[in-house]
Amino acid sequence: MESLGSGGQAALLLLADGRLPAGGYAHSGGLEPAVAAGRVADVAGLERFLIGRVETAGSIAAAFAAAACARAGRGNLSDLAELEAELDARIPSPELRKVSRDLGRQLRRAMNGIHPHPHFAALGAAPHQPVVMGVAAAVFGLGPRAAALAILHENNAGAAAAAAKVMRVDPFEVHAILARMTDRLDCLAAEAAKAADGPTADLPASGSPLTDIAAEHHRRSDVRLFAS
Amino acid sequence: MYASSLRKAASGRPGAMTARAVLASELAANGRGSRVRTLRSDGPLVLRPCHPKGPEPLTDRRHDVARVALAAGTAGPLGGDSYALDVQVGAGSTLVLTEISAMLVLPGPREGQSRMSITVRVDDGATFVWWPQPIIAARRCDHRHDVRITLAESARMILREEMLLGRHGEAPGDFSGRLRITRGRAALYDQQLRFGQAWDGWNGAAVLGDAAAVGSIVAVDPCWTDMRPPALPFHKDAALMPLAGPGVAIGAVAPDSLALRHLLTRGLHQLGPPWAI
Repeated sequence: MESLGSGGQAALLLLADGRLPAGGYAHSGGLEPAVAAGRVADVAGLERFLIGRVETAGSIAAAFAAAACARAGRGNLSDLAELEAELDARIPSPELRKVSRDLGRQLRRAMNGIHPHPHFAALGAAPHQPVVMGVAAAVFGLGPRAAALAILHENNAGAAAAAAKVMRVDPFEVHAILARMTDRLDCLAAEAAKAADGPTADLPASGSPLTDIAAEHHRRSDVRLFAS
Repeated sequence: MYASSLRKAASGRPGAMTARAVLASELAANGRGSRVRTLRSDGPLVLRPCHPKGPEPLTDRRHDVARVALAAGTAGPLGGDSYALDVQVGAGSTLVLTEISAMLVLPGPREGQSRMSITVRVDDGATFVWWPQPIIAARRCDHRHDVRITLAESARMILREEMLLGRHGEAPGDFSGRLRITRGRAALYDQQLRFGQAWDGWNGAAVLGDAAAVGSIVAVDPCWTDMRPPALPFHKDAALMPLAGPGVAIGAVAPDSLALRHLLTRGLHQLGPPWAI
């Protein structure tokens, strides 16, 4: 497994930064619909929400980013179509498939603007966000574990940042949750990198039924701050 | 049959039970209707030809289909037990597999996981209707459930899965279940569900919240290749969702098994005939 100790840290911070102009700020990672449905009402509920999210959708995104990074690193871009189809099969909600592809398209546009590389053209018209993240990490010379960590942090911090806008919380308490989750994210990234070496069919598939259901309701909601 | 499946080596634990049952259907020789070709029960997995018990999607009141019910020959699976069921729906045939009662997954007398592995192959032009009863993950159980379904591109299928998080008023044991459906050579649906103390975050609002029951219906029809039924969140705890391939998933969470069954049936109604029951 690659070391994070020698080079590449700055590129990893760049990819994981919510200020990367890739559209992440417009999404709450399912938190807004969960709050609207009354399922998250306090800081404890927020922490359970965020942990459940990284352990399910997060572990899938991490594994697919790591797998895309490993394949792009080897120049195996033809395998990315299979990754796309396997990821589609792991997202029952059509709304969440669309969100993932919207974010993927925006991330690719950002990367094309700030760090062009022929690999980005090899992705389809609307690639999934974790797949683009994996390819972007490879383009920066990062390995699968860094690719997984980048998407885990970006998605987790993005949802946490949305908390201040959709519920009454102390921002220090929100960041305390993120601080408590750092070891968890490291573990998930390491597991994702390990899974990336195995067959595509065996990549994690941990479902999150309430996230799927809430996303379908959210799309039809008249009053919303975030796209998802 | 029963005795031979006791104390087999798979888990190496004395008293643990391994069982492998096999079921296959085929088109009858005269081409009219389907028949059961293989029916091999093993110990706790008892397969019996049966008549329709209640309303069924796709095959309601039809007499030209092969109908089999799975019954429990013993309690369990218990910790340490390993069950397997292999199903093949032969080309052009229609198989309906139901279940006599819910499957109560219990801890064993000693430590150890219980496992159930189900593989299903649905061949060209065949139809598989799988309408089982719920799986109940009792307190302190430690169960791994693995279902792999391989569909030919011209095959049709509908299944229901329901999981109850513990018996009434009880915290669930550790449960992990995966349902993976491939069609042709491509993945169509792949979802794993985990709950119980062994995992984190499952009782958060992203996964199951405070629900005590969770389930889904997955339907696949080659007619939906170009156009699928539209997405419809028909209840705050349930939604009908078209998949990326020619299938739909109806997902629901509920406070109890009755409410879950009600939501899933309501989702099925949104699909209209011949799916609705």
